[in-house]
Amino acid sequence: MTLDIAFAGIVNGLMSGGIYVLVAVGLTLIYGVLHIINFAHGSMLMLAMYGVYYLFKPPLGVDPYVALPILVAGSFAFGYVLYRGLIGRFSHGKDENILLITLGLSIIADNAALFFFTGDTQTIDVAWAGRFVEVGPALIPMPKLVSFVASLALCAALGLFMAFSDTGKAIRAVAKERQGARLVGIDVENIFAISYGIGIACLGAAACLLMPFFYVSPSSGHAFVLVAFTIVVLGGMGSFAGALVGGLLIGIVESLGGLQFGEQLGQIGIPLVFILILLFRPVGLFGSR
Amino acid sequence: MSGSIRSTGLSRRRIGQSALGLAAGTLAFPAILGAQAKAVKVGLIHPVTGFVAYNGQQNRLGATMAIEDINKAGGIKSMGGAKLEALLGDSQSKVEVGVSEVEKMNEAGVAAYIGCFQSPVAIAATQAAAKYNTPFLIDVAASDLIVKRGLKNVFRMKPGFGKCVDDGIAALGALSKGAAKTAVIVHENGEFGTGTAKLLAGKLPLIGIEAKEIIAHENPTRNFDNAALRIRTAAPDIVMMSNYGNEYMLLARTLFQQKVNVMGMFSVLGGGFNYKFVKEMADVSQYMMDTNHWYNPRSATAQALKKRVEAAGSLFTFEVYLSYTAVSLLADALERAGSAEKDALTAALASSTFKADLMPYGPTKFVDGQNQGGVPGVMQSLKGEIEVVAPAEFSSATAVFPRPKVS
Repeated sequence: MTLDIAFAGIVNGLMSGGIYVLVAVGLTLIYGVLHIINFAHGSMLMLAMYGVYYLFKPPLGVDPYVALPILVAGSFAFGYVLYRGLIGRFSHGKDENILLITLGLSIIADNAALFFFTGDTQTIDVAWAGRFVEVGPALIPMPKLVSFVASLALCAALGLFMAFSDTGKAIRAVAKERQGARLVGIDVENIFAISYGIGIACLGAAACLLMPFFYVSPSSGHAFVLVAFTIVVLGGMGSFAGALVGGLLIGIVESLGGLQFGEQLGQIGIPLVFILILLFRPVGLFGSR
Repeated sequence: MSGSIRSTGLSRRRIGQSALGLAAGTLAFPAILGAQAKAVKVGLIHPVTGFVAYNGQQNRLGATMAIEDINKAGGIKSMGGAKLEALLGDSQSKVEVGVSEVEKMNEAGVAAYIGCFQSPVAIAATQAAAKYNTPFLIDVAASDLIVKRGLKNVFRMKPGFGKCVDDGIAALGALSKGAAKTAVIVHENGEFGTGTAKLLAGKLPLIGIEAKEIIAHENPTRNFDNAALRIRTAAPDIVMMSNYGNEYMLLARTLFQQKVNVMGMFSVLGGGFNYKFVKEMADVSQYMMDTNHWYNPRSATAQALKKRVEAAGSLFTFEVYLSYTAVSLLADALERAGSAEKDALTAALASSTFKADLMPYGPTKFVDGQNQGGVPGVMQSLKGEIEVVAPAEFSSATAVFPRPKVS
């Protein structure tokens, strides 16, 4: 592998990593607060992608980037209501119940998508999709560059929200000490629902950024779930910084591995890095005991 | 969708919505069959869920339409007008589920199976059906291994990937006339893609083209940026593709977005080369070529079926007309056998001279289960339309090769 190719590979990896970050941030937020793995994450991403597709389709014709605030708000509302109306209500406060409910939601969402949208693959074709930016030997298609920059910007915005807003502080308080937060008057159930809503809102944003260069079908969300789980664990469960660094790291490892060992064998780089990091730092890169 | 067998339950689901409307008529009347000849159960095993769900749903659409038409026309006359009854199975795009569908349908008394779209599922499912000596008609599944294991119960009307590669290479050679010297092959890593890629790599030198690199990928693949980078670095004259639908479309789109300049993009059994891709992504698909199954555009029956399928909101993809043809072949064999008894039906299939009206095929002649009369077409996407460029007797346009440079 020449230096030029390695450089282009790293750039490609960073572009992919940007999207992984956004998907993983939602997952890690939900884990950090609710202490459960959201098994419905891939299915929710798929539903959001259908949302982008139908907004783009005539007669609405909404550009996916213009649709971003709509999808973020809509996904937040959907996640919030879903938690309030279903997950929170039927979990009876037990984490294992939440786990099973999200698993059930995933199955229902996938099959509902097959039922309503059929198994057909849908894409959107935006006029600027063919533009690109040259960075040395790397050629970056415009949709991927936009998705990378927007992902990092959204992560930064979310980080600021968590650090400085009252709601963000309440979320962090609930994540650290549920009982204590309740004692100081925080509506813990509401914070759970808000956290779940924000996690799903991240997927709404990811869907808008993905659709100009990816596709949606009832199973397309799952392509990102396993890698997002890996990033969350590798970065440290519940850690924003971990999701950010982990996402970019996994993107680069996947890309360079693919270039060096081929697209199939190159995938081995992800579990290899995963095992190595957990071997020396069992709580993940930024995790705490 | 579970893996359970559903007989006549199609009308309650919108999966394969169009199939539903078209098929419900006949499939919904098993109750009155008691007074008539006993219905012949036909097991349809397709991946209607999972990563190739769309293809499986299209298969099911074609097969159920054929059953509807045959039943409407009076059923199997030599069997007292016996109707065909579809048992609907979902392989979920998984080998083990496909095999379990065979077992369940055997318990349900199936007379013959039709399936499976994916080669690995077809290889395992035909093996399972062989235990019961039940005929298995392959509507779609490309691997030649399916018909090369000496199983007497397996029949495939359409050509396998060996024939498709041979015809595709011949067409490419005729277009290139020695101008193209190198190629990169990108294929999915299953039996279908790997087998096709091996054949392509072996046969390309016959037309003066060297396969510089062979890139295998998983299903599903999240992105093809690195494949595009490797292709740009290798700077081949031709990119050859052998993938299922989603990856085919994603790869084509990535190469377009990354401005990969080649003389031609050529696929053999390209899973995504269909009307939808060509119309919705006209810029991406422009000048792409594919060697694949294609209906006979001069057949009135094919044109009428195309209209019905499109009127029902579906695309007239190869899965539809190949599954329709497989059911028609089975009905013809049942008619001649006069029985659904397995040995008689297998013998009738083996000696079939069925005329596949929808397809541009010669007379049916099975040798070791493979029809010798099947031929693929070579198509090119031109201005948002699919044009047949070979064989000459069915062509609708002249191929553009090499393609104009992308700026």
